[in-house]
Amino acid sequence: MSDLTAVPKAIAGPSSYLDDRLGAGNFLKRNLRKIFPDHWSFLLGEIALYSFIILLLTGTFLTFWFQPSMTEVVYNGSYAPLKGVMMSQAYASALEISFDVRGGLLMRQMHHWAALMFVAGMMVHMLRVFFTGAYRKPRELNWVIGVLLLTLALAEGLTGYSLPDDLLSGAGARITQGVIVSLPLVGTYLSFFLFGGEYPGTDIIPRFYSLHILLIPGILLALISAHMVLMWVQKHTQMPGKGRNNRNVVGAPFYPAFMAKAGAYFLFTFAAVAGMATFAQINPIWLFGPYTPADISAGSQPDFYMGFLEGSLRLMPAWEINLFGTAHAGTLPLSVIIPALVPMGIIMTGLALYPFIEQWVTGDRREHHVVERPRNNPHRTSIGMAAITFYGVLWLLGANDEISAFFHVSLNWTTYVGRVLVFVGPALAYLITYRMCLGLQRSDAAVVSHGVESGVIKRLPHGEFIEIHTPPADDIEAHLRGKEPVPMLPVREDTSGIPPKGMRGPLGKLRARMSKAYGGEKIPLDEGHPHEEIEEHAGVGSEGEDRSLTR
Amino acid sequence: MTDNEHEIEQPDERVPKRVIGTPAPGTSMLGDEVPVVEEGDVPGVTFQDEQKARKAEKVVALCFAVTFLAAIAFIIFYVVIQVGSPEATGMSNLALGGTLTLALLGLAFGIVVWVRQIMPKYSLIQERHEMASDEDTREVVSDTFVQGARESGFVKRPLLRRTLLLAAAPLGLVPLVLLRDLDNSKMPASKFSETLRHTVWGEKTKEGKPLRLIVEGTGQPIRAADFNSPGGILSVVPEGYEHDLNALAKATLILIKFRPDEIKSGTNRNWTHDGIVAYSKICTHVGCPAALYEQTTHHILCPCHQSTFDAADGAKVIFGPAARPLPQLPISVDEQGYLIAQGDFNVPVGPSYWERGDAEAEARSKGGHA
Repeated sequence: MSDLTAVPKAIAGPSSYLDDRLGAGNFLKRNLRKIFPDHWSFLLGEIALYSFIILLLTGTFLTFWFQPSMTEVVYNGSYAPLKGVMMSQAYASALEISFDVRGGLLMRQMHHWAALMFVAGMMVHMLRVFFTGAYRKPRELNWVIGVLLLTLALAEGLTGYSLPDDLLSGAGARITQGVIVSLPLVGTYLSFFLFGGEYPGTDIIPRFYSLHILLIPGILLALISAHMVLMWVQKHTQMPGKGRNNRNVVGAPFYPAFMAKAGAYFLFTFAAVAGMATFAQINPIWLFGPYTPADISAGSQPDFYMGFLEGSLRLMPAWEINLFGTAHAGTLPLSVIIPALVPMGIIMTGLALYPFIEQWVTGDRREHHVVERPRNNPHRTSIGMAAITFYGVLWLLGANDEISAFFHVSLNWTTYVGRVLVFVGPALAYLITYRMCLGLQRSDAAVVSHGVESGVIKRLPHGEFIEIHTPPADDIEAHLRGKEPVPMLPVREDTSGIPPKGMRGPLGKLRARMSKAYGGEKIPLDEGHPHEEIEEHAGVGSEGEDRSLTR
Repeated sequence: MTDNEHEIEQPDERVPKRVIGTPAPGTSMLGDEVPVVEEGDVPGVTFQDEQKARKAEKVVALCFAVTFLAAIAFIIFYVVIQVGSPEATGMSNLALGGTLTLALLGLAFGIVVWVRQIMPKYSLIQERHEMASDEDTREVVSDTFVQGARESGFVKRPLLRRTLLLAAAPLGLVPLVLLRDLDNSKMPASKFSETLRHTVWGEKTKEGKPLRLIVEGTGQPIRAADFNSPGGILSVVPEGYEHDLNALAKATLILIKFRPDEIKSGTNRNWTHDGIVAYSKICTHVGCPAALYEQTTHHILCPCHQSTFDAADGAKVIFGPAARPLPQLPISVDEQGYLIAQGDFNVPVGPSYWERGDAEAEARSKGGHA
C-alpha cells in the first residue's frame, strides 16, 4: 500500500525529453487540471466524437477487403443463394467481408451502427446546444463548425451507403441521380460528370469511395479537431447553479477525473455499438441481391438521417413547369427540386444563421458561459420545437408506406395528412411549447417565492386547509435563480418621440418589434412574493406576465 | 381533528429534496449515500471514505478481470469458429461480438466505479477570462500589420498588386478545368441531354430486325399468344442488353395484358398488341423502377415515393409527386409471334431534366401520340 510521492522515472525521463524540445511543460501546467463542468447533457457530443473514432477504426478494417469497382463478375463466394449471379466487384467483396472474413460481418455492422450513432449523437448534441443557448457569444464559430459537420456527415452517410452496390443501396443512388438531373440548367451536366456519363455507368462507386474514405473524413477530422480546440480554449459552458457565473467554471479537473470519465464513456459507446452489431442485424445486403436499375424491393427505406428528404419527396404534389413551351429547354420539375432542396435549406441555413439572427434581434453582445434553461428563453425553445416538428413530420412521412401497412390505413391518406401536418404541426408545436415554457417559468417562480410543497396539510383555526411550503434546497434555488431576462434592444423613443438610430426604417421597425416580442422577462421570478409568505397556498400568477399569445 | 397538530410544524423530513427539472443535489448515480466529508488540503476536493473505496476497488478489479477473460475468449473464438455459411457466420458474429461487447463493458464499468467511488469528489473553481485580447495588444497587432504591409510595398506598388491578382485568377480555374474529363463518355457536353432522349429500343439487331422484348431474369423472348391471361404483368428488358445497366436504366419496361374493353383512351391502341401494353418502368419522378402493380385497379405504383399511374389509361398520374405519365412503347409481333418494339419511345423516359422541354407537346405536333 505504498503511494506515489514523485514522478516515476519511466515517465519523468520521456517527459523531460519532450519538454526540452517542445516546452510541453507550460501547456501541461495550465491544462492538466483544466476544469470541466458536469451535466449529463454535456456528454451527448461525446457520443458523436467516439462514434467517429469507431468509424475510422472499423472503416479502415473494411477497406482491407472492399473493392470499389463496378466491373461485373460472377459471384463464387460462400453465400450459396447468390452463387453464379452476375454482380459488381463491390457487391461481391462486400459479401466476402460478410461471409468469408472472420469478424468481417461484425465490423461491417459496427460501421453501420456507428454511422447511425454518429449522426444521432450530433443531432442530440446540437439540440442541447441550441435549446440552452450555448451557441451564444463567444461560441458562434464553433456552432457554425458544428452545422458544417452535420452537413458533411449526411454526405458521408450518403456516399457510404451507396458503396456495397446492393439493390437497396442502388435505390439511394438512383434517387440521388434523379434529384441532380432535375436541377435547372446544370442538372444534366452535373449528373454526367458525377456518374462519368449516363446513369449508372461504372464510375460512381470508385468515386464515392474516394469521397467516403478520404476527402470527407479528412475534412471531418480537421473540423472535429477545430471544434475540440475551440471548446478547449473557450472552456465549456456550465449550467446555472450555486457559485457558478460567467467569470468562472466549476467542476472536475481533466486529470485524473474527467480523463477517466471520458475514457469510460468512449468504452461505453464502443460497447453499445459492438452490442448492437452483435444482437441487432443491420443492412443484410445479401438478402437484397445485386443492383440493377430495372428492379427495386418494396418498402425501401434510407438510413434514418436521410428519412426527412425521402419524406419531403413523398409529400410533394406533382408540379412541373415548362418555361418555354415546346422548346428543348426550360423544364423545371418542381416536385423534385422543391422537396429536395427547400426543407434541407431551411433547416441547415436556419441553424447556421440562428446565433447571428438572435444577436441582431436581442442586441446582446455579451459573452455567455452560463447556459440558459430552455424554459427561460421561450421563443427560442418554441422555434426549436417547431423546427423539430417540421423535421419530424417529414421524417415520419419518409416511412408512410410502412405506416400505412402497419396500421392498415390508406397510403394516400397518410400523404394528405402529412401535407397538412407539415405546416400545421410546427405552428401548433410553437404555441404549445411557448405556453409550456411560461408554465414552467411560473412553477419556478412559485418555488422561489412560495417554496416547495411539503405534502403536509394544515388546518387553520378557522377551518381552512392549507399545504405547508418550505424553502427549496440551496442548490436548487441557485439553479432557478440563474435565470436572466432575455435581452432586448433599447427601443424606447426619446422625449420627442423619435426612435433610436437604426430603428427608423422598415427593417429597423421590424427589428424593434421582433426584439420586443423575443426579449424581456415574461414571468419574473419573485415579484412581490417575499419568502415570509411561504405558507400561502393561492395561485402564483403574477401581474406582469406575458399574455400576448392568449389574448 | 387530532391533537398532534403541533408536530406537523416540523416538515423538514418530508420536504422533497428535488424539484423536477433541476439537478439532483449531491448524490451520485452509483453511490448509495452522500460521501463522507473528509476535506483534503485542496478546497473543493472531497475524498472518499477509505473503507468504501477499498470495497469499490474489489468491484473494479472484478470488472477488469471480466474484460481480461472476455478478450481471451474473443481470441479463442476467432481461431475456433470458422465462417462461410450464413449459420457459421451468424455464430461467429455472436461469439466475437458478444465477447468484444463484454470486454469493453467490463473496462467501462470498472473505470466508472473507480472514478465515482475511489477518486475524490471535485467542485473546483477556475476563473474565466474574456476571450478578447486587451486594447494594448490589439493596437500592437494592428500597428505591426500596417508596418508589415508598408514594408512589403503591397499598397504602394499597384502594378505588383494588380498583376498578382491577374495571375491568381486563371490559376484558380485550373482545378475546375481539370474536372472536365470526369465525364468518361468522351462526348461533347452538348450531346448529354440528347442521349437522355433515346433508349436502345430504337436500335436494331445485327440482322437488322427490331429488338425483341425479353423477360427480365429468365432472358426468354415473349410469344404474344402465350402471354394471354388478362391482368398478367411482366418486367421486360431489350434483347441483347440484359446485362447493360446503362441501357436498362432507361429501357426497362412493364408489360401488362388487358382485356380489350379495359383499355381507355389515354393508351395508344396502335402501340398495343392484342391487349398487351408496354410502359417504361422508370418512374418519371426520380427514376426508381415503378415495380408494383395492382391488378384490380390497374394501378402501377412506384415504391420509392408512391407515384401512382393508371395503366389502363395511358399510365397517367393519379397520385404522388410524378408529374408525367410513364411513356408508352409502341410494340407489335414479328413473324414468329414474339413481341418486338416498333421503335423507340417518342418522348424521353425517366426523371425530368432542364433540356427535356415539353416533349409530349412536341410529339403531338409531329402527329404522333403521347
